[in-house]
Amino acid sequence: MQYIDEYRNKELANRLIEKISSLTSKEMFFMEVCGGHTWAIQKFGIPSLLPEKIKLLSGPGCPVCVTSKKFIDQAVAYSRLNDVIITTYGDLIRVPGSTSSLNEEKSNGADIRIVYSILEALQIAKDNPSKKIVFLGIGFETTAPGSAAGIINAAKEKVTNFFLFSSHKIMPPALAALIDEGVTINGYIAPGHVSTITGSHIYDDIPEKYGVGCVVSGFEPVDILQSIYMLVKQVYDNKFKVEIQYKRVVKPEGNVKAQKIMNEVFSFRDDWWRGFGILKNSGLGVNERYHDFDAERMIPVDVEETIEEKGCICGEILKGLKTPGQCKLFATVCTSATPVGACMVSHEGACNAYYRFNK
Amino acid sequence: MGNNILLGHGSGGKLSHKLIKELFFTYFDNPILKLQTDSALLTLERSTIAFTTDSYVVDPLFFSGGNIGKLAVCGTINDIAVSGAIPQYISASFIIEEGFSLKELERIVSSMAHEAKKAGVLIVTGDTKVVNKGQCDKLFINTSGIGILDDKYKSISTGETIQAGDKIIINGSIGDHGMSIMAARNFGNFKTEIKTDCASLNHMIKEILDTKCLVKFMRDATRGGIATILCELTESKNIGIEIDESTVAVNENVCGMCELLGFDPFYIANEGKIILIASAKDADRIVDVMRRNEFGRTSAIIGEVVNNHHGKAVLKTGIGGKRIIDMLADEQLPRIC
Repeated sequence: MQYIDEYRNKELANRLIEKISSLTSKEMFFMEVCGGHTWAIQKFGIPSLLPEKIKLLSGPGCPVCVTSKKFIDQAVAYSRLNDVIITTYGDLIRVPGSTSSLNEEKSNGADIRIVYSILEALQIAKDNPSKKIVFLGIGFETTAPGSAAGIINAAKEKVTNFFLFSSHKIMPPALAALIDEGVTINGYIAPGHVSTITGSHIYDDIPEKYGVGCVVSGFEPVDILQSIYMLVKQVYDNKFKVEIQYKRVVKPEGNVKAQKIMNEVFSFRDDWWRGFGILKNSGLGVNERYHDFDAERMIPVDVEETIEEKGCICGEILKGLKTPGQCKLFATVCTSATPVGACMVSHEGACNAYYRFNK
Repeated sequence: MGNNILLGHGSGGKLSHKLIKELFFTYFDNPILKLQTDSALLTLERSTIAFTTDSYVVDPLFFSGGNIGKLAVCGTINDIAVSGAIPQYISASFIIEEGFSLKELERIVSSMAHEAKKAGVLIVTGDTKVVNKGQCDKLFINTSGIGILDDKYKSISTGETIQAGDKIIINGSIGDHGMSIMAARNFGNFKTEIKTDCASLNHMIKEILDTKCLVKFMRDATRGGIATILCELTESKNIGIEIDESTVAVNENVCGMCELLGFDPFYIANEGKIILIASAKDADRIVDVMRRNEFGRTSAIIGEVVNNHHGKAVLKTGIGGKRIIDMLADEQLPRIC
């Protein structure tokens, strides 16, 4: 298939692996921040091709994984209201809350619908005027502009039964927090989709401040191998900088129009991340201007007390401090069919990817 | 007969008889069925029979290259044929929602009859129930079937003679059925014509068995795709399997849709694909024979049984990496067959 086969070319991959090997003399740790990269790295069996001295760590870039349990509990509470239809991306359905999950509520009769775009959710709102449609907005700068566009459309079309429950987050505070917390890495494989929106400028202070390189990478195996090569080269040359490997999509300034849409609807707020706790100005809440579409403000609901699972080390895994295999629950109590932590639920989660492709 | 199914069509009374005579007998025409006995009375040549059943709830009922009726007949025929048996007789039971279009029912029944005839099986008994509107979604079909089994093929369904070095063969591209259903559902506003691979494979399988080549295992790769079969097999037989991704065919439109929606074709349902395991010395010959059949034109050896990583199926990826093939944790696509 055109535009896919080229990036899955075995010869190109082999050439890159040779180049990586030729520059690898000491142990190096690179973190793939984005869950999409974690998935692709495991799916294509990339670790089995790299020199042993190169270790890849999974970072906090799976939206489902860093989302708080409280968010799931509140979504479950909304789903129990008779006049609410929950619309969500499929990943969230199986994430365990404190005592239930959306999947469980669905089997109990709650109206929960999987959509592929917020615009589908908006259509559901138009088709069901007597119901309140709550869209669960999760994800980083990648999905936040879509949610914002949905709200802007709802306002334009005067749809009054459509609400966003936002758990949207932004990436830079987490990248900084990782290094502040003492994670030692030699480079970031920076997220391709987030950077498509934000541009690569958001990483500019990382090489200066922390002496760590960032290469914005695409998601095909040749992309990832080339990005690893670029990072290895930076270490070899001892020159750390921000580079874009994913040039066919990502520009330094990003997608300015999408940034504008995001800024129109959201304002920054402190937000809770699994593994990090509260990070200042890392979350996106619906702003005053669009508060009629903010589920948290418009739909009061009682939420059960959050119960955190015991023994799960998702937090440390998300920070790259531990690998899934180091968790006592991994592949014993916690499996892809019976996930304990969020990292095992989403296919972008490190535990799920390790379990599925390596267990 | 009117335009729609009424509750009376399932009452056992006049309307039922009219429906059975005018529709089912017309299309499924054969002397055993026409005797109208409570049970079909069958005489078989051999004492070992293969017996299987399956229910079909696919949504939508019609899709490119097939419909629920064709699926119901092919599915049961294939379940029998992959056991090494010759499919002979099929039952067909219909659960119909009140108000269902008779014209659509006729289209479905006619394609069942066509498919059964092509495969050389008789639909010899059946049942019709009609439920109130809203109590089932349009139409569900159950088919059961029996075939006669030559005792020498008994080990094909259990795979007990599989050993390291055996080759793994498939009769063509994967993922077509599942993605044809998604396309028919207008999933994600796609405008693409992906045709189901739904087909009765009993003739092709007979051609393979007639070569006297040693077939050690066969299974049709329906729900859960080829990944699920490979996992079931490695686990239950505690064998290692290695698959070479570059030899597994995926049609371009199926590949495109999977890429966009985040599906892996290895897990997508097929309705006309078998995974066959044969000894290395016979594998090429079997592939040749399969390729001569219309449902096996792109047959290929996709991997082999290996003497390590017992209990696991490993994929050699297109770029040469290695990773495990795992079973699906959850329903990927509901009501696909």
